[in-house]
Amino acid sequence: MDLKVNDYTTDDGITVINVEGEIDVYTAPKLREKLIDLVNKGKFHLLVDMEKVEFLDSTGLGVLVGGLKRVRAHDGSLELVCTQERILKIFRITGLTKVFGIHDSLEDAQEKRKGQK
Amino acid sequence: MAVVELAFSALPVHVRTARLIVTAVARRSGVAETLLDEVRLAVGEACSRAVESHQRYCPEEPVRLELTGGKSRFEVIVSDTVPDDGVAGGPPAAPSSGEPGWDELGAGEGAADLGLAVIAGLADEVEIAQTPKGMQIKMSWPVEES
Repeated sequence: MDLKVNDYTTDDGITVINVEGEIDVYTAPKLREKLIDLVNKGKFHLLVDMEKVEFLDSTGLGVLVGGLKRVRAHDGSLELVCTQERILKIFRITGLTKVFGIHDSLEDAQEKRKGQK
Repeated sequence: MAVVELAFSALPVHVRTARLIVTAVARRSGVAETLLDEVRLAVGEACSRAVESHQRYCPEEPVRLELTGGKSRFEVIVSDTVPDDGVAGGPPAAPSSGEPGWDELGAGEGAADLGLAVIAGLADEVEIAQTPKGMQIKMSWPVEES
């Protein structure tokens, strides 16, 4: 299955990236290009919705870490929406649950963001 | 003891095909449904690592897999033909993405090492051997009694 990547920006300035499909060594470059493109357009607060991601490997993790590095250079953020145990397991094995903010839903992420302001 | 062998060109697009085949053979061999995700991911990681190494050093050589379904274990061996390609101190098999910032973000030495860490975390048993011909990653999982 090909990777589908779409984005939109909410009223409170978060750019939500909906990702659907498998993120692996073949498809990860598409997500990387999207993240780089958004940062180049000045979008520094990113929320990657991974609820429709069917597969994620270390190449995909690398792309997310690279995106986080890029937005942090602009005092931005890159957080995730994910409740799928099969995907969360990869973040736990690699210790990346300590690196990414991981939320249950878009609304949950927005609420926590408001609370931090 | 059933054996399935697979060789594919060192292209990222074929890694998904390898994952699908391995998952199908694992299911047929009696690996529990709850473990199939782990088989799929661990073998995918091993294949991705091999493809990246081949693309760097020997793109014309195929990546090889050997799948063996025994009475008690399902075993997968992923072999590359890149001698001494990282684990034993040679040039690192870094991802082509060249993503920055792994160390400062606490993710280890790089995505290639992270891939091996994922394999170690998912495979029930794993052996990584560097031979003069290349690296072999042997992974296995238990098979349910039929």
